[in-house]
Amino acid sequence: MRIPCPHCGLRDVQEFTYLGDAGPRRPDGLAATEAAMFDYVYLRENPRGLHEELWYHGGGCHVWLVVCRDTLTHGIESVVPANRKMRAAV
Amino acid sequence: MRYSIFSLVAEALKGHTGWQPAWRDAAPKAEYDVLIIGGGGHGLATAHYLASRHGITNVAVIEKGYIGSGNVGRNTTIIRSNYLLAGNTPFYELSMKLWEGLERDLNYNAMVSQRGVLNLYHSDAQRDAFARRGNAMRLAGVDAELIDRERVRAMLPFLDYDTARFPIHGGLLQRRGGTARHDAVAWGYARAADSRGVDIIQNCEVTGIDVAGGRILGVQTTRGPIKAKKVALAVAGNSSRLAAMVGMRLPIESHVLQAFVSEGLKPLIDCVVTFGAGHFYVSQSDKGGLVFGGDIDGYNSYAQRGNLPVIEDVMEAAMGLWPGLGRVRLLRHWGGIMDMSMDGSPIIDRTPVQGLYLNAGWCYGGFKATPASGFCFAHLIAKDEPHPLAAAYRLDRFATGRLIDEKGAGAQPNLH
Repeated sequence: MRIPCPHCGLRDVQEFTYLGDAGPRRPDGLAATEAAMFDYVYLRENPRGLHEELWYHGGGCHVWLVVCRDTLTHGIESVVPANRKMRAAV
Repeated sequence: MRYSIFSLVAEALKGHTGWQPAWRDAAPKAEYDVLIIGGGGHGLATAHYLASRHGITNVAVIEKGYIGSGNVGRNTTIIRSNYLLAGNTPFYELSMKLWEGLERDLNYNAMVSQRGVLNLYHSDAQRDAFARRGNAMRLAGVDAELIDRERVRAMLPFLDYDTARFPIHGGLLQRRGGTARHDAVAWGYARAADSRGVDIIQNCEVTGIDVAGGRILGVQTTRGPIKAKKVALAVAGNSSRLAAMVGMRLPIESHVLQAFVSEGLKPLIDCVVTFGAGHFYVSQSDKGGLVFGGDIDGYNSYAQRGNLPVIEDVMEAAMGLWPGLGRVRLLRHWGGIMDMSMDGSPIIDRTPVQGLYLNAGWCYGGFKATPASGFCFAHLIAKDEPHPLAAAYRLDRFATGRLIDEKGAGAQPNLH
């Protein structure tokens, strides 16, 4: 598996560290209910198919990336720097 | 037909012309009392214990492929009960006891071999942690022996004791642990369940789960609708997909775990050995191949195949432990999809849908648990209350904070 990093180009997966699902958004810690925190910490969609996930390019540009990857084929649809993605979501 | 030395001799004299299929190839009926989704080890064991211990025989096991095509045929066949935490130790010890009587119970040779499981330690701190684990096991009535480096050397003289970066200081040995022939476990449970009237329906994939008023009605499958009073999910690897059919999200991610087998060799290693300084475990099959594995690949995956970096990582650990393996050729490798739960422990519980039961989250420790998982799941389904030894495996423990985290890795499934 190779990931096309927007800064470094196509790189081997060994250069990257996986965190997990990029979907969950941390609720405001002071205002959040227990149920909302439980949902954020523990529950996952875990789809078979396209999955947006966080990868860290520690062996290259040191940037967090949101990679849209097919969990059935390991094919990669898109790679976007996480800060740009998160800013767009706010 | 009961298998015995007499049936074997009689068949040998008849030229082996009289053997019958070990189970019927059943077609789905319109309705069952209990419908088990997933014809793997856990699903088939559940059917066997429902029929044999609870007298519930109007049962079907439906499987999307052929039975044994999932994780029960994709593991490294290790059985053990060397767990630390109170929620786990008695459950896995029940499993070990069921393994010890399995072949008589099923009238099937599952090749259960109590050849011993040895976990190596490589530092003083790790020795202390293993001593604690061994003591916890012995307090729970499980056998455990802490052995020093010279006793390990007497058992396994070919390991790298001194020159490696992680010298071997000793090991924690569970003599009752060992291996079992994984396919035979699936086949033995299938045959035993079938002989009591359970229908085993292969090539039948669930496409929907019917619920009305918070109660289960049945399922939609590629071979038509099937009604059921109770439906039980035993589909580790795909639990999230089936739970999504009733609108549930689970504290589970699906990950791929690879396993490997070498070319056949003469008898070389007579126990199961795990490397304590990396993630690597090895045993030798009765055919002579070395069977070994390591870490999961580490990213969500439903592909039953992994990638090269983890293969390299496993081979490095192998060489670190046992340099002679460098001369051995790898014969094949494969991948299975694991339900990685948020605390590394399984779930055997009811769900918010009345009559729908969940058996999931086995991470990569499901094979050894097969008998106890089926035993406790059957108890839950039959009596609608958890078996005392599996009572900790609740679905709501993540919300209430009663986690069972052997590794202390937290809610990060790829680290368990």
